[in-house]
Amino acid sequence: MAVNPLIRHAVERACHACGRDPTRMLDIVRGVQQRLGHVPDEAVDLIARETGAPRPDVAGVVGFYAFFSNRPQGRIVIRLCGDVVDRMHGVERVAEALVEELGVPFGETTPDGLFTLLWTPCIGMSDQAPAALVNDVVVTRLSRDVARQMVGELREHEDPHRFVRTYGDGNNAHPAVRAMVENNVRRAGPVVLADLERGAALARALRMTPAEVIREIKTARLRGRGGAGFPTGMKWEFTRAAAGDRKVLICNADEGEPGTFKDRVILTEHPDLVLEGMTIGAWAIGAQEGILYLRGEYAYLEAFLEQVLEARRRDGLLGRSILGREGFDFDVRIQLGAGAYVCGEETALIASCEGKRGDAKARPPFPAQHGYLGRPTSVNNVETFCCAARIIERGAAWFAGFGTPESAGTKLFSVSGDCHVPGVYELPFGTTLGELLDLAGADEAAAVQVGGPSGRLVAAEGARERRLGYEDLATGGSVMVFGPQRDPLWIVERFLEFFVDESCGVCTPCRVGNVLMHDAVRRVRAGLAGESDLEQLRALATTVGMASRCGLGQSSPNPVLSAMDAFPDHWRRHLHARSEPGLLPTFDVQAALRPAEMLTGRRSEVFPPREEERR
Amino acid sequence: MAGKHTRPRVATCSLAGCFGCHMSLLDIDERIFELAELVEFARSPIVDKKRFDRRVDIGLIEGGCCNEENVATLREFRRHCEILVSIGDCATAGGVPALRNDIPLAECLAEAYVGGPTVHNPGGRIPDDPELPLLLDKVYPAHEVVRIDYFLPGCPPSAEALWQTLVALLEGRPLELPYELIKYD
Repeated sequence: MAVNPLIRHAVERACHACGRDPTRMLDIVRGVQQRLGHVPDEAVDLIARETGAPRPDVAGVVGFYAFFSNRPQGRIVIRLCGDVVDRMHGVERVAEALVEELGVPFGETTPDGLFTLLWTPCIGMSDQAPAALVNDVVVTRLSRDVARQMVGELREHEDPHRFVRTYGDGNNAHPAVRAMVENNVRRAGPVVLADLERGAALARALRMTPAEVIREIKTARLRGRGGAGFPTGMKWEFTRAAAGDRKVLICNADEGEPGTFKDRVILTEHPDLVLEGMTIGAWAIGAQEGILYLRGEYAYLEAFLEQVLEARRRDGLLGRSILGREGFDFDVRIQLGAGAYVCGEETALIASCEGKRGDAKARPPFPAQHGYLGRPTSVNNVETFCCAARIIERGAAWFAGFGTPESAGTKLFSVSGDCHVPGVYELPFGTTLGELLDLAGADEAAAVQVGGPSGRLVAAEGARERRLGYEDLATGGSVMVFGPQRDPLWIVERFLEFFVDESCGVCTPCRVGNVLMHDAVRRVRAGLAGESDLEQLRALATTVGMASRCGLGQSSPNPVLSAMDAFPDHWRRHLHARSEPGLLPTFDVQAALRPAEMLTGRRSEVFPPREEERR
Repeated sequence: MAGKHTRPRVATCSLAGCFGCHMSLLDIDERIFELAELVEFARSPIVDKKRFDRRVDIGLIEGGCCNEENVATLREFRRHCEILVSIGDCATAGGVPALRNDIPLAECLAEAYVGGPTVHNPGGRIPDDPELPLLLDKVYPAHEVVRIDYFLPGCPPSAEALWQTLVALLEGRPLELPYELIKYD
């Protein structure tokens, strides 16, 4: 059968650009998607033939990632961020305006093939919500009027870049970025958000042996900044000690935890600090190969980061014989993600770097032994690398002088929600939640979600004295503030919605459990639940957390459980609100009878509508 | 179990079921005399008693809920029985009647009463006499409507399984059903 020449051409170009390497499947599929606007079945066949990958693997990649589509999409894809903070800032009104203006509902493409309208989870712009991605272009602080105006203009010139008229501060205005994104740095600390003399830390590291570098990191008690807090020095040591001479260092810049946007700021303003840390890490573990896994939502930073990489290569800070050291070769490639929260989990992230679906793997073996393409691999957070570079530059004692015994150093917090001054705050660990809330102008905070949806919901009252750090309130950076007008159950329901969408579906507790928890919370909110349903929900949440394969399902019950503990009255208030006496509160007999009442045109006499529904 | 009154009382009903579970209960053959000695049948089609007039120890539910009358009956059973047992696949899971659950009610009724190949219904009306209980949007297993204490699967559960279950409940001892009684192939 003859293949459409357009498709053939697109596939050949994309495959050729990546050397027909199946481990570069994400880039190949992205290339085809960019040229054709979608990845049709014919293209999947051809990609499989060109790369030698099994067809289901190719189809799996196309189906898994939100930014790939096997259905034709418009030339302009609008992805409106539907995150909880965006909803608090009126994204639903923006959504209505877009639907009205485009004449198609979410998930659809306009008949002229120009626009596709989609929802997307947090795009890392919670401090300037509501926001959207228009192709790769970030549009922030949307309103109904701006949305209408944007659609009108795009109909004229079809170029999302031209809609960006004013650039944000700092490097957001860099010629390679040109984004309307604001950094919103509210408090710069001495460790991460401070200037760096390029190459200084690296030069110091090269005067030390790898073992000394690792010892220095351990002495500084540096723990991973992504949220889990594993000691970085240990991770490097395991990777260094693992069998196999081709070691890999990966920087996890898949900042997907809703409400987190500090890596966006670091990558915009201090990319050299990150790469310096990576190069030091490579020296420490003996890696030649580095990957910066940049989330697809931050594609607008890709060209800029490529320039930074190129400049470092030019200056002998990357590439062969770094800083003249014979035998120390290390380079970094950027792997762009394609819209999958679970890829922030390290084993899923590694799978994604290998050109596969972002499925989490069972551990052990740990990546330190068996990671990227089976090689010993260390995956560290963007901020962790910054800390590592600074530790080598200023010394472990200096670093450990900040923070608490369990949590050394400073931490970047991304504050968003109901507060006057959302943005990024670099503060020493051990800062109390109350201090942070005061700095952010969160005068009326009633609830605070610390650590994003996979973290904990706490009542602001009574948690102000609690300390931010691994020993108490741990967070990868996300701090969402909720005023008294927000129903904690509404928040929990939104988070569960997110986990239902983002579960990779491999293990049952997570795939099914999140749906059941979401359903249960919905029923409670609808007044269709009783005390026993809360007990069941708690048991279910405990099971999901215990039995899930990776961090996603292990932490998705956290909002449920923490909100049950922090706001028991809010849950109880809803119980039995609509239940029929004598029946289970979860059984909505009125709703069950509605179709028959419509069809027969009479109301039930056995179960007459209750007072409030008659009105 | 007993104590307050001489013999334990048992009630039974068939909701959205086929009475097959009741037929299976009658299949205990001559033990029906033993059963009559052991228990007093309260509201049950077996003794044609249609109302509850006092509390009952054990209620056996056959069938799920397909209409408002089923729901009301089930609620009556829950109110009057100490222990409710779902008997058979319709009560425990919806069974054959639940085959309609994937089809909207309007389509079901249209197929049966308006557009079906053997239907002659020029007026195109679906049955809507007030005497007829209103249908639910789908068929619900009993435990989705009221709390159910025990479940006995089978289509129908065999006479022996029903007998063992009743005797265990009446004697207040754990039920041990041998494999032969709960395999269905």
